[in-house]
Amino acid sequence: MKYIDEYRDPQVARGIAAQIARCVTQSWVLMEICGGQTHTLVRYGIDELLPPQIRLVHGPGCPVCVTPLETIDKAIALAGHSDVTLVSYGDMLRVPGSRTDLFHAKADGADVRVVYSPLAALRIAARQPERKVVFFAIGFETTAPAHALTVQQAARERLLNFSLLASHVLVPPAIRVLLESPRNRVQGFIAPGHVCTVMGWREYEVLAKDFRVPMVVGGFEPADLLEAIRMLVVQLEEGRAEVENQYVRSVDRFGNLTAQRAMQEVFEVCDRKWRGIGLIPQSGLRLRREFAAFDAENIFALEDVAVQEPPECISAEVLQGLKAPTECPAFATRCTPEKPLGAPMVSSEGACAAYYLYRRHDVLCAK
Amino acid sequence: MSKRTDTIELSCPVPLPAREKILLGHGSGGRLTAELIRDIFLPAFRNPALERLDDQAIVNISGLRLAVTTDSFVVNPLFFPGGDIGSLAVHGTVNDLAMGGAQPLYLSAAFILEEGLSMETLRRVVDSLRRAAADAGIEVVTGDTKVVEKGKGDGLFINTTGIGVVPHGVSLSSDQARPDDAILLSGPLGDHGIAILAQREGLEFESEIRSDSAPLHRMVAALLAEAPAVRCMRDPTRGGLSSALNEIAAQSGVGLELDECVIPVSEAVKSACELLGLDPHYVANEGKLVAIVAPEAAEKALAALRSHPLGQEAQIIGRVTASHKGLVVLRTVLGTTRIVDMLSGDQLPRIC
Repeated sequence: MKYIDEYRDPQVARGIAAQIARCVTQSWVLMEICGGQTHTLVRYGIDELLPPQIRLVHGPGCPVCVTPLETIDKAIALAGHSDVTLVSYGDMLRVPGSRTDLFHAKADGADVRVVYSPLAALRIAARQPERKVVFFAIGFETTAPAHALTVQQAARERLLNFSLLASHVLVPPAIRVLLESPRNRVQGFIAPGHVCTVMGWREYEVLAKDFRVPMVVGGFEPADLLEAIRMLVVQLEEGRAEVENQYVRSVDRFGNLTAQRAMQEVFEVCDRKWRGIGLIPQSGLRLRREFAAFDAENIFALEDVAVQEPPECISAEVLQGLKAPTECPAFATRCTPEKPLGAPMVSSEGACAAYYLYRRHDVLCAK
Repeated sequence: MSKRTDTIELSCPVPLPAREKILLGHGSGGRLTAELIRDIFLPAFRNPALERLDDQAIVNISGLRLAVTTDSFVVNPLFFPGGDIGSLAVHGTVNDLAMGGAQPLYLSAAFILEEGLSMETLRRVVDSLRRAAADAGIEVVTGDTKVVEKGKGDGLFINTTGIGVVPHGVSLSSDQARPDDAILLSGPLGDHGIAILAQREGLEFESEIRSDSAPLHRMVAALLAEAPAVRCMRDPTRGGLSSALNEIAAQSGVGLELDECVIPVSEAVKSACELLGLDPHYVANEGKLVAIVAPEAAEKALAALRSHPLGQEAQIIGRVTASHKGLVVLRTVLGTTRIVDMLSGDQLPRIC
């Protein structure tokens, strides 16, 4: 496949890995932020190609994983209303809330639908004016512009039976929290290529400067990630801490201004709780007051219920890169994709699920 | 991996919720389906023919070995590029018989119709079923009709049961894979699943992707004639190649090793899967087979498959091994290794 196969070429991959091995002189801990990148790294076994000095840890960039338990409970509660059609991305259905998940809610008779695009939810609202259609809008800066455009279109078409249960999160505040933590061990970041396609990389320049940590905006194919790792190692070895861009075919410094404008028109920045991490100031997006008519939180007067994570789940450590999924005693035994204890075992972008799916043999053999 | 870890306080695990209801994922052909068979059906009906858990049961009647299988078809949309529910209801059952090496002979067809279904639709489906049966050389000898209230069915469901005869000397079963055996795949993966998905979701690709739905029994007969040392076969339908191979690995107590570079997938399916965030190893096929063949017969078997019109793109995609028992491991295009797991429920598209 043109433009994909080139980035999966074994010769190219091995060539970059050899360059990394030549320039590394000491141990470095690197983190990729985005769950899509975690998925590629584990699926292709990129760590097997790297010299032993490079340790990869996985970041909090799985939108399904960091969506707070309370929000999932709200979605499940909404789906239970007999006049509500809850529309979601497929991944969200399996994530356990405090008591059940959306798949089970569906089996109990709730009207839950899976779509690829938020516009499909809008079409459902137009077709079924008697139903209240709620779109469960989660994701990073990547999905927010599409959700913003959907709300604008709903407003134009006066589809007042459509609303958004919005739980967007922003990447740079989360990186700041990780770097401020006294337990942080990450020395270089692969910045998320799709988020930067929308947002550009200006926000990351401040982080690189404040914390003296190099960042490379990386793509999602094996050669992209290896090249991003190489660029990080070169910076670390030379004592530099800059933002560089490996994903040049998609990202520039300023990002997609049209998308940013749509986001700003519809959403405003707010504090947000991240599952596994806690409250991060100014790290989320919520609908602006002008769009309150499309805000499910506003329409349905949803209560915040304090809920607790299963105590055995170490997703907090996993999402902050403090522990590998395989260090969890429940991994692949009491916690599996069929019976997940926490969200990282559910989503295909979750670090635990990626290790379970692709690398379980290493662990089982080691145990 | 086993580095000592700090700070985390461990406590008793929360009780895991028992599955008290049927979820859609129980019909995906993956791990949830397997659980259902293991926990509900097998204990209820246990007998030697069923315990083999192959695509068909083989029963011995006065020295004649009969293959019996049944399959229900609930596909939406009813008509799709490359086929429809009528032809699929023949091919699915014929292929389940063929995977046991049987010559398919007779078919039953039961129709569950939803009130309000157009007679024209029913005629088209029945005509297609008739033609598919005639093409496959199999007769529909009995049937049944039920009508359910509007809203209680998806237009039309079909169940077919097939009977065939297993030729003398043929004995295939998923517990017979042995280390060093070759794994053969008869052609590119994923055409059926992607054709259905594209039709259902209204997705259009540059070139139309057509279902591979086809009867495989003639290709199987040619294969067994050339290479009797075939140990077992599966048609990778729901759950795709990965489910079929995981079942063989589990039932034979062996490991399987695949080479990603040689697993055929068409450019169109590859692109669609990239776009949709799906993995072709899990996408359904309706006209493909995987065969486990003794190492010395592998090349002959490959030639036999390739000489048949439905197997022209056949490949040896890996081998059986004594290590990592019960697991399917893939050598990636980069030369690294990873597991090819059985899916838990349905394959879900990623968010970004």
